[in-house]
Amino acid sequence: MIPSSFEYRRASSLAEAITMLGEGGDDAKLLAGGHSLLPLMKLRLASPTVLVDIGRLRELSYVRDGGDHLAVGALTRHADVHNSDVVGREVPLLAHVAGQIGDPQVRHRGTIGGSIAHGDPASDLPAVCLALRATLLLAGPSGERQVPAIEFFTGFLETALARDEVLTEIRFPKLGGARWSFQKFNVRAQDWAIVGVAAVRNGSAGVALVNMADRPVLATGVEAALAAGASPEEAAAHASDGLEPPSDVRASGEYRRHLATVLVRRALEEAGA
Amino acid sequence: MTATEATTAPGSAGAVLGTRRLRTEDPPLLTGESLFVADIKLSGCLHLALVRSTVAHGRILSVDLGPAKSMPGVVAAFSGADLKDAWAAPMPCAWPVTADMLSPTHLPLAVETVAYLGDAVAAVVAESEYAARDAADAVVVEYDPLPAVIHLEDALSDRNLVHEELGTNSSYTWELSPDPVAVEAAFAAAAHTVSKRYVQQRLIPSAMEPRGVLVVPHPYGGEYTVYSATQIPHILKIMLAITTGIPETSLRVIAPSVGGGFGSKLNVYAEEILAVVLAQRLRRPIRWVEERSENSVATIQGRGQIQHIDLAADSGGKITAIRVKLLADMGAYLQLVTPGVPLLGAFLYTGVYDVPAYSFSCTSVFTTMTPTDAYRGAGRPEATYAIERAIDALAAEVGVDPVEIRRRNFVREEQFPYASVAGLVYDTGRYALALDKALDIAGYQGLRDEQARRRQAGETKQLGIGVSSYMEMCGLAPSRVLGSLNYTAGGWEAATVRLLPTGKVQVVTGTSPHGQGHETAWAMIAADRLTMSPDDIEVIHSDTAMAPYGMDTYGSRSLPVGGVAVALATDKVIDKAREIAAHLLEAAAEDLELTDGSFRVKGSPTMEVALGAVAFEAFSAHNLPDGMEPNLEASVHYDPPNFSFPFGTHIAVVELDTDTGQVRLNRYIAVDDCGNQVNPLIVEGQVHGGIVQGVAQAMWEEALYDDDGNLLTSTMIDYLVPAASELPSFETASTITPSTTNVLGVKGVGEAGTIGSAPAVMNAIVDALSPFGVTDLDMPATPERIWRAMAQASAMAQAEGEA
Repeated sequence: MIPSSFEYRRASSLAEAITMLGEGGDDAKLLAGGHSLLPLMKLRLASPTVLVDIGRLRELSYVRDGGDHLAVGALTRHADVHNSDVVGREVPLLAHVAGQIGDPQVRHRGTIGGSIAHGDPASDLPAVCLALRATLLLAGPSGERQVPAIEFFTGFLETALARDEVLTEIRFPKLGGARWSFQKFNVRAQDWAIVGVAAVRNGSAGVALVNMADRPVLATGVEAALAAGASPEEAAAHASDGLEPPSDVRASGEYRRHLATVLVRRALEEAGA
Repeated sequence: MTATEATTAPGSAGAVLGTRRLRTEDPPLLTGESLFVADIKLSGCLHLALVRSTVAHGRILSVDLGPAKSMPGVVAAFSGADLKDAWAAPMPCAWPVTADMLSPTHLPLAVETVAYLGDAVAAVVAESEYAARDAADAVVVEYDPLPAVIHLEDALSDRNLVHEELGTNSSYTWELSPDPVAVEAAFAAAAHTVSKRYVQQRLIPSAMEPRGVLVVPHPYGGEYTVYSATQIPHILKIMLAITTGIPETSLRVIAPSVGGGFGSKLNVYAEEILAVVLAQRLRRPIRWVEERSENSVATIQGRGQIQHIDLAADSGGKITAIRVKLLADMGAYLQLVTPGVPLLGAFLYTGVYDVPAYSFSCTSVFTTMTPTDAYRGAGRPEATYAIERAIDALAAEVGVDPVEIRRRNFVREEQFPYASVAGLVYDTGRYALALDKALDIAGYQGLRDEQARRRQAGETKQLGIGVSSYMEMCGLAPSRVLGSLNYTAGGWEAATVRLLPTGKVQVVTGTSPHGQGHETAWAMIAADRLTMSPDDIEVIHSDTAMAPYGMDTYGSRSLPVGGVAVALATDKVIDKAREIAAHLLEAAAEDLELTDGSFRVKGSPTMEVALGAVAFEAFSAHNLPDGMEPNLEASVHYDPPNFSFPFGTHIAVVELDTDTGQVRLNRYIAVDDCGNQVNPLIVEGQVHGGIVQGVAQAMWEEALYDDDGNLLTSTMIDYLVPAASELPSFETASTITPSTTNVLGVKGVGEAGTIGSAPAVMNAIVDALSPFGVTDLDMPATPERIWRAMAQASAMAQAEGEA
C-alpha cells in the first residue's frame, strides 16, 4: 500500500496542466480526485513517474445551463453533481447516478471528469454519458475539440484522450421530462456495479451497460429492438448481444449476461418503454 | 463530552453493575488521541519490510539481496539462510493436541522451501518505510515451483505433499467418542436420519488496525521494550524469550491501543520475533507496520473446515444420536493454537439439545495456504452452524416447523446443571425462554403468513425465515481441563486491586483489551463492590511491567475469568479495609457495612470512616491493627472451576429476488443470554459486531484461492467486508440467566453474535429457496451461487417431469 516514488507537480491553470503533461511524457498522469488512480498506485499496478495535480483548478468545477444541454465541469465532485438543483431538474438520471457512486467519502473527493477519463467499464458515469449521447470537451496544446461519448471509450481503460489532453467539460442533453432508469446490481452499496444499466426514453431509446465488456458500452441490440417496436421483455433478450462480459471473482460472464437481461427489462419497464 | 449516559450515583453495592455507562475508552479513540503501534514515533528508528513468496509452494533456488543492499537508505538485508541460526527455537505452537501430531519446523524466514503465498523469505531494514518497501521489491528470489495443495480432500489424499519431510499432509486425528456402540445402535434404530456435508470457507479476520510491532533496545541494559498490536502481551513475552533466547527478564511487552483482533492477534508472528532479533543485532529501534495487502496473506485466516454431520432421530423427531467427522484446514504451518480450534467446537455439536449418544472425529491437514487459527468463535461457530443447519434439515425430514423440532429436543430448564454426552456440565440455561422471546419480537406467525401469501402470489421477492438456537462455552478455561486437552498453558487470570492514599483505586488486570471496553467494565465491577464511582478507578492492563501476570484476551474469557478475578481481588481488599476500619471505629468487623464509600457501624450510622481515610491509614501505617502489613492491595490468581455457557436464539428474515438470486437481510432478531450483564451497552455492541461477522460469513466473505494457490480476494475491493448499508437495524434483546459457577453470575458475550448468526441467515436463505427445489447451499450465499442453485433445481425438476 506504499506507491513507488513519483514527481508531484501542481498545475495552477489548465494551460499549465497541458504543458506539464507534455513535459512529463508517457509516464505522466493527471491527478484530480485521486479515487481511480491512487488505489492503483498503492497496489503498484500503476507507477507514473510524474503526477500533475489539477485538483485546485476550481474553474473546472461548475454546472452551467447551456440551453439544450447542461455543461458540467470535469472537476465537479460527485457530491456536487448529485446535490445540484439544476442537474436534478434537467438531467435527473445524472444526479441520481452521481449519488450512487462509492460512499460519501468517495463522492466528496472523486470527480466526474476523473471517473469518465479513467474509462473503467465498471464505473457508472460512462454509461450515463453513453445512454444520454453526451459530448466531451477535450483541451490540448493545439486547442479544444469535441468528442461524442459514443466514440470516446476505445478499449480497456483506454479513451480517445491524447496523452497531453485534458477532459474539461461534459455536455449532457437535457432530458426534458423523458423517463429514465438506472439499475445498479451490486452486493455492497459502496462497490462498483457487477452489472449496471442506464436507460432513457426520449422518443428513441438510449441504453448503456456497466461492466458488460472491456469498456463502457451501449446495448445496441436493445436499442435496435426497441426501435423496431419490441416490448421491454423482448428487447431485454438482446441485452448482451455482441458483448463478451468479463468473468471475475464477483460474477461469471454467464451470470452477467443473465443479470443484464433482467436489469435491462426492469430499466425499460421503469423508463416506460 | 459527558462520560456517562445514565449516571448512577454510587451508593449501595450493586448500584453500578447493569447500567449503561458510556465507554471511557471512546473519547481518546474518537479524537485520535489513542496511540497505536504505528503512531509511536522514535528518532533513529529503522523500518522493516518483508519480501514475501510470490508462489504458493516452491523450493527457494536463490535470494539475491544485492540490488536491495545498494539502494539509498538501506541498512541491512537478510535472507532466511542468513538468519537460520539466529533462532533459539522455531515459531511456537502451544497446542499439540495429540502425542503423535505432526508439525513442520516453522522459522520466521523460510530457508529452503516456501509453503504459502506470503511466506516471508527475506527481510530488509532501512531508514524509512518507503526505502524499506522499495528495497524489498528489489530483492530477486528464484523459486522452483511445487504443486499447490488447495482442496482439503486432495490434501488428505497425499497426492502432493506440502511438507515432504512429514511424509503425509495429515497433522493429526483427534476423537471424542464416549460410547461408539450407542451411536451405531441409535443410527440402526432411527426412524429418521439426516446426513449433511457443510463447508466452512476460509475467512480473513480484517481487524481495522493491521498488525505492527516496534522493538526498542536499551543497549546498555540488554533489555527490550516490545510494542505490539497483539491480544496477548503476556503469552508473547514468554514466546519471544523462548524463540529468541533473550531472557524473559529482559523483555517487556506492551500492547498499546489495539484496533481489533478477532483472534488474528492471538498469535505469535514471524515479524515480532524477527523485529526483536534484528533490533538486537542492529542495536537500533525497529518498526514494522503491516500493509493492508500483507494482512490478507501474512496474518492468520479463520475457519476452513469440511463438516460431515449425521443425525439419528425417532419418529417424533427427537434426536437419538449425532455423528460428526471433520476435515480441518491447518494451512501451511501450525501457528499458536491452530490445531486446537476444531477441538473448541468438538464439545458443542450437540448444540442446545438433549442428545444421548455422540461421536466426533477430526482429521487436520496441511495445505499451501496461509495458516489458519482462531477467528471469532474459534470452533464454536462451526459446530453451531452444523447442528443448526442439520436440525432444520431434520425438521424438513420429519415434516415439522423448524421451531417445533427445536422445542422437542431442547435441554429443559429443570435438567440444569446438565451433564452433556460430550462431557461438559452446562451451568444454567433457559433455551425455550430465549426462543419464545425471539419469536415474539419477530412476530413469527405473521412472518410465516406473509411468506405463504407471497409464495401463493408467485411474487418476485420471496421471504425466508431462519432460526438458530445456540449455546457456547466461554470462560477459557479451567487449567486442568486445558491440561487434559494437551494445551501448554493454563486458563487462569490475575487481578490486583489497590486503594491509594488519596482514595483513588487502581485495578490491574491480566486481560488485554483491544476493543472490548475492559477499562469501563472492570472499573464498574470494582466500583460496584467498593460502593464508589467508577470515575475514581483506573484500570491498568496490557503492559507486562505493570501487569506482570495474565493470560490475555480471547475466547470470551475476559469477563468470566478476568472480570471475576477483579471482583475477588476487590473483595479481598475490602476485607482488609474492613479490619482497619473496625480498628479505627473500635467496632467489630462483622458489624460494619460498606455504603457510599464508607464503612458504617450497623445501627449507629454516625460512626463511619470513609474508604479513602482507611486507605490513608493503611499508607501512613501509624495506627494499624497489631501485625497488619501497611497498604491496601490484594491480588488474586483465579482459576475458573468450569466454563460458562451463554445461549440464545437468533432469527433472520431475508428477501430473495427470484430473478437475480440476490438476497437482502430484511430483519435480524437476536435474543442473547450471557448471564448477568456488567454493562448492557457494551453487551449490545459486542452482539452487534458479532452478528455482522456471522452474517458476513453467510453472505459475503470468502478467502478465495485459485488452483495455483493465489489468493483472489486479496484486497478489500474483492474481499467483501460489509458496511452498515448492507444490514438492517438489529433487534436485540436479552434474557438473564446467571451463571452459577462464578461470583458475578456472568458468562461472556464476545463471540455469541457470530456463533448464532451464520446458521440463522443460511437457514433463512434455504427456507426462501425451498419452494424452488433447493434444499441446501454453501456459504457465502452469493447471488450467482443462488441463481445457479435455482437453475439447477429447476433443470432437475424438468428432467424428472419428462422422465
